[in-house]
Amino acid sequence: MAILSACAALPFVIHSNYAMRVIIYIGLYIVLALGLNVVMGFTGLLNIGHAAFYATGAYTTAILMTSWGLSFWWTLPIGMALGGLLGMAIGFPTLRLRDDYLAMVTLGFGQIVYIVANNWMGLTRGPRGIPGIPEPRIGFAHWQVAIDSYTSYYYLILFFVLVTIYACIRVRDSRVGLAWMAIREDEDVAAVMGINLGFYKTLAFAFSAVLGALAGSFFAVFQSFVSPNSFTILESVIIVTIPILGGLGSLPGTIVGAVLMIGLPEVFRAASEYRMVAVGAFMVLMMVFKPEGLFGKKLFQQTYKA
Amino acid sequence: MALLTVKSLTKRFGGLTALDGFDLEVPGSEILGIIGPNGSGKTTFFNVLTGMVQADLGEVYVEGVKENLLMKRTHEIIALGISRTFQNQRPFNNLSVLENVMVGAHCRTRTGIFSALLSLPGAGKERIWLRERALETMALFGDRLLSMKDNPAWTLSYANRRRLEMARALVSGPRIILLDEPTAGMNPAESQQMIDTIKSVNRTGIAVLVIEHDMNFVRRLCQRVVAMDYGQKIVEGTFPEVRNHPRVIEAYLGKD
Repeated sequence: MAILSACAALPFVIHSNYAMRVIIYIGLYIVLALGLNVVMGFTGLLNIGHAAFYATGAYTTAILMTSWGLSFWWTLPIGMALGGLLGMAIGFPTLRLRDDYLAMVTLGFGQIVYIVANNWMGLTRGPRGIPGIPEPRIGFAHWQVAIDSYTSYYYLILFFVLVTIYACIRVRDSRVGLAWMAIREDEDVAAVMGINLGFYKTLAFAFSAVLGALAGSFFAVFQSFVSPNSFTILESVIIVTIPILGGLGSLPGTIVGAVLMIGLPEVFRAASEYRMVAVGAFMVLMMVFKPEGLFGKKLFQQTYKA
Repeated sequence: MALLTVKSLTKRFGGLTALDGFDLEVPGSEILGIIGPNGSGKTTFFNVLTGMVQADLGEVYVEGVKENLLMKRTHEIIALGISRTFQNQRPFNNLSVLENVMVGAHCRTRTGIFSALLSLPGAGKERIWLRERALETMALFGDRLLSMKDNPAWTLSYANRRRLEMARALVSGPRIILLDEPTAGMNPAESQQMIDTIKSVNRTGIAVLVIEHDMNFVRRLCQRVVAMDYGQKIVEGTFPEVRNHPRVIEAYLGKD
């Protein structure tokens, strides 16, 4: 509750647009990372192509709002539905694959979406991107408020973050979450215990993709411009590091991970050329000293450490 | 119709024939011991029966189900009433003891992702039911599992992990339960407790198929014993009959 009121009061304390922008990005990455956490943390499947779902949401909103003139609130569910379908599409062929092989396929999948966005000139305008995405509006007819200031975007992403956290908690604590975690622990035994591996793995990918697309839709209106450059493999890698840093499967861990991963590089702007070096070194140190992540539970595997 | 009918079950791993035309009939809810030297195909039989390993040939029928069980997918089998434990202990290590048991009842619950997301009343009710049922099943082992219910499974002792696997197998309300060396690593007192537990489970009408190397355990527990060697059933009968049968002695000790 205290954290919630602190979050609600934030725009009144921070007046710098730059700081607000960073904070909004942190919120965006929280949604992305929580979505990925469903696949990686709960179900235990490595996905290095999450930016594909992010791109799906962003392009759906961008195209539907600029060419079709649809309202943001219509493009949002459409983008999420398309993201979910794409999630199923990737989930399905990967059912026969495990571990490293699965990672390679998701990596390739992320690249495919990037390349499509870069080359399908008719739909995405390729590398030129789609500019001029209008701001979302709330209300009816004459009583409309445009979401155009940093403060209003902040509240919008705060709302999305809260919805995402709520959805993750509900699903994690349900029978579905239990089935996911059983698959993560031992999928052969999970199958014997009556869990339909194909169904639940596909469901995890779809749910994760829906959240990724949600973040993408927000990104499109916030930036008012989308181009393939925002959805490169580096993007996927950054999203992957967040739940790992925070502790796989842990919701608070993922949130703190996003704050650190997106916030820290901005704090150390001065040394920006060494950012990726610092991130790499930091990840190595984490793996050595706290492999379960900042908030992760002490895991079974560690009991056998020599 | 018998509770479980297995006809000429065959499974080859490359050149090795793990099951070679294995036949078995379990007429009702008895406690059936399966013995045999290492590599005689006992665990492979359990693996094939629960769909973890695809059989090459054969038929398996459960009472009340017309189809050949071997045609079913792995996750469908538990719902038909066959559940198991594992020889090499495979609890879900990073889940709590209670969660482990709750997973076992997956096939008896229905909540989907949407009712969970919207917190529909059915989902809440089912969750309470599931929790109660898991706790009830854990109570079969007295306080041993209940006192640890929120600890992750990997923190349990060896014997408790065996109990946990059994609770996880029982919570779905099976008609047949397959126990793969349920007392390996237990001391004599714990072994005796396990015998009492298995007998009380059997009294509720659940058939128990148990693989065990400890002959004392088999003698005290099983009403009927099947001896296997090279993937075939060599002898079937009461414990003394099987134990003293020349072919069983030969399988364990070899011929002079």
